[in-house]
Amino acid sequence: MRRKLPWVLLIVFLGIMVAGLLLGEYKTVLEKAVTVCLDCIGIG
Amino acid sequence: MDAKDKTNAVRKPREKRAWYQAAFALGLNAWLPAWFKGEIFQGGVKGVCVPALNCYSCPSALGACPIGALQNSFGGLRFNLSVAEKKFGLYVAGFLGAVGSVVGRMPCGWICPFGFIQELLHKIPTPKVRLPHFMSYFRYVVLATMVVALPLLIVDQFGFGQTWFCKWICPAGTLEAGIPLVILNADLRGLIGFMYYWKIGLLVLFVGWFILSRRPFCRTVCPLGAIFGLFNKGSLFRMAVDDEKCTLCDKCYEDCPVEIKIYESPNTPDCVRCLKCVSSCKFGAISYEFLGKREVAQDLRLEGKT
Repeated sequence: MRRKLPWVLLIVFLGIMVAGLLLGEYKTVLEKAVTVCLDCIGIG
Repeated sequence: MDAKDKTNAVRKPREKRAWYQAAFALGLNAWLPAWFKGEIFQGGVKGVCVPALNCYSCPSALGACPIGALQNSFGGLRFNLSVAEKKFGLYVAGFLGAVGSVVGRMPCGWICPFGFIQELLHKIPTPKVRLPHFMSYFRYVVLATMVVALPLLIVDQFGFGQTWFCKWICPAGTLEAGIPLVILNADLRGLIGFMYYWKIGLLVLFVGWFILSRRPFCRTVCPLGAIFGLFNKGSLFRMAVDDEKCTLCDKCYEDCPVEIKIYESPNTPDCVRCLKCVSSCKFGAISYEFLGKREVAQDLRLEGKT
């Protein structure tokens, strides 16, 4: 029998990801990622 | 084929995985010019999350660490809500869920550079220490507190929370970013204080533990592994064990980099799906299934054992 749960999960999470992208969250992540994270390196 | 030839044949897939791990470690950190400048890569692709614990402050990192990004999302949520900014961390959460839905915890076994480092260090010949299974629950505590609750609940006067896991624990950040950036950048060197020594001390302890135990960070601390592991039972990629072929010889357990008995629970959240057990099993009892296609170790299939 073909399992449906993984496909449902995949579609739901892809939808959530696309919603985040449409809200401009890529830019938010990018802004943090291109700045040296002082917490990460132990200086924050 | 004599016994020696068979052993070599079954080992091939395991040797191949190390090459994948090395290739991903290099591929995720491919902007090598940054190492000569003492800066970090700042290209526009760096907003793309990678399915691995790979610090985005590593000078040559090409993508964003999803755990760092997730903490920043939770840490900024209360401020964003207070100014009616619609940023909820959906991109990162959706990315993690989508990857988990397809392969579960497989990126831990094949992609994560920090997992690869742990496996390499564990090859140093010393007496080895097995971890009790109850310690694996600690990673959920780390996820719930350091990644979710504390960034959300403890905020400054503007409503911003901190990246607690990155700041107090993450040895990947210390190794991949803290040490190289401090060596390469004199300005950062001048800012070293208690936190830096805390993280270096923690890293030293972890490195010692990596030598003694198999992937202890992944099994007991890593919040990314905790998230991906939650999808192991419900992902498209599945492990399976044929009870009729399994002889309980425990060869799979001996070879497993995270010390699980896959025949007890083939899709346990602890499994990093490295597939070592598939090639270890001389009886072809362990297989994996993806998109309706079932595979056992190629060498066994060629020998007509399954």
